[in-house]
Parts: sequence; C-alpha cells; structure tokens
Amino acid sequence: MLENIRLAFHGILSHKLRSLLTMLGIIIGIGSIIAIVSTIQGTNDQLREQLIGSGNNTVKVTLGSGGDAYDMDMGSKPEGIYPVSDSTIRKILALDTVENVTCYTNRVLWDTAVYYIGNGMSTSNISGVDDQYFNTLGYKVKTGRTFLQSDYDIFSKVAVLDQNAADALFKGSNPLGKTIEIYKKPFVVVGIVYEPSSFERDIEDIEDYQLMNDDDSNGQIFIPKATWPVLFQYDEPENVIVKAVSTDDMTKAGQRTAKILNDAITVEQPQVTYQAEDLLGDLKNQQKMQNATNVQLMWIAGISLLVGGIGVMNIMLVSVTERTSEIGLKKAIGARKSSILAQFLTEAAVLTSLGGLLGVVAGVVMSRIINIMTGIPVGINWGAAIIAVLFSMAIGILFGLLPSVQASNLDPIDALRRE
Amino acid sequence: MVLKLDHIYKDYITQRLVVPVLHDVSLHVEEGEYVAIMGPSGSGKSTLMNIIGCLDRPTKGTYELNGENVLNKDDKAMADIRLNNLGFVFQNFELLARQTALDNVELPLIYAGVKKRERAERAKEALARVGLEERMSFTPAQLSGGQKQRVAIARAMVNHPRLLLADEPTGALDSRSSTALMKLFEELNQEGVTIVMITHSPEIASCAKRVCNIFDGVLTERTDADRTRIEAAGGRR
Repeated sequence: MLENIRLAFHGILSHKLRSLLTMLGIIIGIGSIIAIVSTIQGTNDQLREQLIGSGNNTVKVTLGSGGDAYDMDMGSKPEGIYPVSDSTIRKILALDTVENVTCYTNRVLWDTAVYYIGNGMSTSNISGVDDQYFNTLGYKVKTGRTFLQSDYDIFSKVAVLDQNAADALFKGSNPLGKTIEIYKKPFVVVGIVYEPSSFERDIEDIEDYQLMNDDDSNGQIFIPKATWPVLFQYDEPENVIVKAVSTDDMTKAGQRTAKILNDAITVEQPQVTYQAEDLLGDLKNQQKMQNATNVQLMWIAGISLLVGGIGVMNIMLVSVTERTSEIGLKKAIGARKSSILAQFLTEAAVLTSLGGLLGVVAGVVMSRIINIMTGIPVGINWGAAIIAVLFSMAIGILFGLLPSVQASNLDPIDALRRE
Repeated sequence: MVLKLDHIYKDYITQRLVVPVLHDVSLHVEEGEYVAIMGPSGSGKSTLMNIIGCLDRPTKGTYELNGENVLNKDDKAMADIRLNNLGFVFQNFELLARQTALDNVELPLIYAGVKKRERAERAKEALARVGLEERMSFTPAQLSGGQKQRVAIARAMVNHPRLLLADEPTGALDSRSSTALMKLFEELNQEGVTIVMITHSPEIASCAKRVCNIFDGVLTERTDADRTRIEAAGGRR
C-alpha cells in the first residue's frame, strides 16, 4: 500500500503539467465549495455574534402573555406571581446549563420623571436590581461603584446610571455624588456603568428583537431592589436573566428557567407567564434561510467536481493505454490482478486527494479575496476542509475504478507484445 | 523434473478460422539443464514460451512445473507461480523507465510482500551478482543495452526461481554484449539455475547444453549428429 502511494507520487511528479491539468477540475470544485462553506460560516458567525453577543450568553426570562411583554404600568399586579423566592433561585442555579442568575423589577417611564436640577429625561428605563445583576450581564464600572450590601440592608436611595442617562441628565459634568430626582424622590448617583461593546446586542436588522430590547429608552437607571417600593409597589413580579454555561446551552437554560419560574406561580391559569427569549433558535432559523440559497451554489460546485472526476477517469484511461507494457511486465513477474487494481486506484485516489488539498488551499485564498473585496466575513471550517479532501479521494476511487479494472484485466501476453 | 510438458496443442481461434500453433509438443527439462528452443518467427516458439511461463494455457495437453499440475489453477495461483517459481528475461528488457535499477530489481519482492529493508538487501545482492553493484541508482536510460539486460536478469533471479525463462535475451544486444550475457547465463547454470531460452539465432542456441528446434508448431530435439553436420558445413550455421 505504502509502496503504491510512493509509486503514485512518483508518477504524478514525473508528469507535473498533466497531473495539474487533471486535478484542475477537482481543484476548482473543492475550491468553490470551501469558499462557499467559509462564507456561510463567516456569515453565520457574524449573525451569531450580532444576535447573541460573543461570550455573554445571557437569556432574558420575562413575564408576558402570548407575544406581548407584561407592562407593570397597568397598575395592578398579576395574580399569583410574587418576587422570585430564594428557593426558586437555588433551583435555577442547580441547572447544569446555568452559570448565574439575577432578578430585577423594571419599568419604562414614558413621561419625564427623572430630573437633575433643570434637566429631565423624556423616557427612561428604571430597574430595581439585585447584587448579581451587573456581573451577570457583564456591566463594567466606568466611574464610582455599583451597589454594596449595605445599600440593600438600609434601603439606600442610591442610583447607578448608564452613559446615556448620565449624558442626558448631567450634560458632561461629573454626576458622582449628585442627587437626582425620580418621581420627586431624591437618589444619590454612586456610579456610571457601561456594557463592553462586544456584549451589546446589535440586532437592528431583525425587527422582532427591537421590540424585545428595552434599550430604546434614553437611558438606564439602576436602583437597589430593596429601594424599589420607595418609588413603586411592594412585591412586584420580577424578571429574570440567566447566564448560560455556553452559547449552545442558551435555549435550554432559558426554557428550564421559565419552567421553574412558572411552576412557582400559585394560580391555576395565570394571566401572564414567564417566557424565555430564544435567541439561539431564532438565529438557527435565520441561518437556515441563508443556507438554503447556499446549497444551490454547492450543487453547482458539485457539478464541477463531477466534471473533474470525469477528467480524472479520462486521463487514467490514457495512462493505462500508455503503460500497457508496464502492466504486462508486472503481471508477468507475478503481480496479481488485485495488485494492479490497487496500484491504479491508489494513483487515482492520490491524484484527486492532492487535487482536493490544492482545492482547499485555493478555497481559502478565494474566500480571503471575497472577504477583502466584498467585506463578507469568512470563517474557515477545517472540518469541511477535511471532508473535502476525503470526498475528492472518494471521487478518485469512483472514477478511477473503470480504468483500474481495465488495467487489471489486461492480458500480459497482449500487453507485452504491444509496444 | 522441473518442467514436464506432454502433448501440448494450442490453437488460436480467429473469426471462424482455427489456426493451429502448437502441435503435440512434449518437452521435459531436468533440474539444472540449459535448454535452447530455436525456431524462426511464426514457428510457435513464443506461444510455447508463454505456456511454459504460465502466461497462457494450451488448448490440450498437460503441464507440470516442479511436479505440480499448473493447468487447473486459477489466475491468482498462476500469478503466484510466476512470482515464486519463474524468472523472466525479455528481448526488450521491459524495465520501468522512471525507476532506478535497484527499484526495478525490487519489484518482484514487493509483490512477494518482502519488507523494505530486506528487499533492498536482496536486490543489491542480485545486482552485485550480475556485476552492476556500481550502477544501482541509475535509471535504464543511463545504462547500456547489455547493462539493462543484466538488470532484467537480476530482477528475474531476485526471487530465487527454479526456472529462468529467457525470450530472445540477446535480440536487442550487440555481439559483444551478447557474448558477455551468454557467459553470465553459463555461470548461472553452473550455479544450478535451470534455464530455458528461446532464440532464432543458432549461434546463441549453441551456447546451451541442449537445443530443440521448433518449426510450424512441431518441436524436435536436435541430436549430436545434427550438431556435427552443422559444424562440418562451416561455422555454426
């Protein structure tokens, strides 16, 4: 076998131009497929990053009915739904797909309710958060601090702002230590936080997610959960955010968390239930649509492979005719039919595998060029590259079969006589 | 008895026409003999050689090689017999042009499944035996006709076959190389190798210990009387 491979390389190297031309079909076919797959991979990676954010893996589990989010502005609390209990949190944390969990109450204030001296925010998003909120969502402190245990213990009226809120209220002056007014109640600003840009969900191109995303307010204001009743009601239902162990676990983590939360609801037919967003599922649908078009491109590349395979068969047939006397001699000195068959099959397989390998290189180069020229992101899928090489080997064996059988069936007497 | 052919007939059938090529040929060759089969072209000597070489089957007759009936074997077994019991030397050498002398000699050992290192050792030994130890890494294009035929002989002998079959071994050689080759055959024969050689040249045939004539498919043993008569008629013609 090894000997056959060595012989095959010897043969290929001694007919460099011919071998290259023979491999051309395979090179183009495999190259196109690799380029297409790389582009798909790149687009998918980009989509995934845009939708999910790389590395944060958080899933919101929010109250709602049907597709609509529950709005606490309606005033009355939904029946049977209470703040998430410690035992429920322990259950959620016990899930093997969940790394961390945070609960928060939230209101979007559509009227101007937040002021600093004369500056008001026309819309604001206010959240009453627990001590896990900032680290679960990956917020970083820009200046000042987040909440301390003592803030929760003594119901401090302190607030943390995001950059938008700080800009709207303070117009560039230092907000730390200043007192803002929320519904006429004073709160002292203790810190400014920001979400690192890579965690930001940039999902503008998908309408659905604009609705789910509450970042469309003018700014975010965070106060300690304990202080929430100062502004709003006691025991308001909370929303939950879980951080999944990995991106692939997001869907499962969200669904399991929603189930635990819904099991804790005490009424038979609640008016609203916990619903997990399924970014991953939506991403998959999105990718599926994208892939459908690419599959057609793959078929076209596949035809190129077929043509390449026929080219290999053609040149192998010529090669068998050319090497009739070699085959005759080998049979005369004792080579079995199977040895000759193996030799020619190996040669075809080595030829096309080499073509496949060059095709992978060509594909990588092609996708780089596509990337540079059109800006479409590419991600090389090495698994696909390995499959491509194995596939071209299979093409060699398939299309080399006829010439190889022909070679192995040559009558040594005829083969030696023909010169 | 190395070779035992009895009442061999061979007909070629071409489009409703039956062409008899061999007619009741019997040939017995003992261990260590050196036999030349002589005949003009078209006499059937190549067909006979192919049958002896297990490349072709007769229409009728029996053939035993080393006491074993070879005619009831399948193609695979025939290939193995060629590999292990026979060594071939051809008129036009039939060396693989792109490979070195050493690679060419190693070829039968590859089919015999000999490991790489032992293969190289045995091939070197065989090349040394024919006096080509200095040219092992030369390709056929870099060798003279006589040297090429020596490589072919080394290849034929590398598996230590019981029988060496040579088909016009000097056909493509000049007279000096031919003489040297015949000397090599003689030496090999003295070492115990059984040789059956086909030639149309009486001069070459006379190097063998025993000469058979084949004409129109009929094989006749040449007697000592013939030999004397030919020599008396002047030279070896």
